[in-house]
Amino acid sequence: MKFSIQINEGPYQHQASDTAYQFTKAALDNGHEIFRVFFYHDGVNNGTRLTTPPQDDRNIVTRWSDLAAEHELDLVLCVAAAQRRGIVDEGEMERNGKDANNIAPGFRISGLGQLIEAGIQADRLVVFGD
Amino acid sequence: MAQIKKFLYVNRKAPYGTIYAWESLEVVLIGAAFDQDVMLAFVDDGVYQIVKGADTKGIEMKNFSPTYSALGDYDVKKIYVEKESLEKRGLTVDDLLDLKWEDEDDDWAERDSIHIVSSAEMAAIMDDAEVVLSF
Amino acid sequence: MLHTVNKSPFGNDTLNSCLRMSTDGCAILLIEDGVYGATDGTSISDQVKEAMKTKSVYALKPDVDARGISTKVIDGIELIDYAGFVTLVADQKATQSWL
Repeated sequence: MKFSIQINEGPYQHQASDTAYQFTKAALDNGHEIFRVFFYHDGVNNGTRLTTPPQDDRNIVTRWSDLAAEHELDLVLCVAAAQRRGIVDEGEMERNGKDANNIAPGFRISGLGQLIEAGIQADRLVVFGD
Repeated sequence: MAQIKKFLYVNRKAPYGTIYAWESLEVVLIGAAFDQDVMLAFVDDGVYQIVKGADTKGIEMKNFSPTYSALGDYDVKKIYVEKESLEKRGLTVDDLLDLKWEDEDDDWAERDSIHIVSSAEMAAIMDDAEVVLSF
Repeated sequence: MLHTVNKSPFGNDTLNSCLRMSTDGCAILLIEDGVYGATDGTSISDQVKEAMKTKSVYALKPDVDARGISTKVIDGIELIDYAGFVTLVADQKATQSWL
């Protein structure tokens, strides 16, 4: 089956990203396909490469980047939510005159249409949030 | 023929205290371009999102009540509000925005988009959805 | 439909709303802080047991274990792991997350 995942909260503040990650991993381990993981609201904060969490705890951002690399996942940060919260890729940096970008590997920034498409194209959409 | 699914947007949170109300509305607007079968549900504190008379000047936040009023233009005409959620909050349909859509099959007659439903009816509406977006 | 609830029922009305607006025959999965709703001997456990007569109630075991409440789960609530969560989502027509 094809799953799409929506994540509404940032790393560490809520359990949403953790639960979503465990669900996604279990789905992949059980032979399912992940059509897209879409990050909305504060969920876009899962896509910054600048976090430095304590070494004795899970690294939520790199965990997602690694899973994406291993399974060719499509991790999408909503552009409007990302702009509001300062998650920037090279394109956004140039477009909006910022002096830096901070997007983590494996993530890309795109529009809300990607979320709707994720709902249409997948067999199941699951939302993780607060 | 593009696939048409029953999309349900569930709104349970009050406006302005958090961003969920506004950002969920943004999804609805973008989603309108995809010609899906769209329903909006307002339950619990979500009913506060469509209360009329909001004035956000003092909190210096953008007032997005007008955006709800424009939903009819985006072909969003199935808006369900749970009666118990209203009653618990001392609200009636008269406290809500007058949301309308124009029926092109009936000479563009104006129709009410808001339907006040019982808890059981809301449960059935939710159960019927194929894609549920919560915020 | 599968309903997920991730809030404790003692600080939040979400489980209440979910029980009120879910149909007979549905599945309800308690996750994250929602697993507190699966514990017995509380002010709401009778309400949960009543719901269990017509709805299937599950709790996510990793979340139950993390919170040290595995011995307090109401009899009849099935504890499932993330693979079980995936199966539930796949088996039900749609999933509604009560946030």
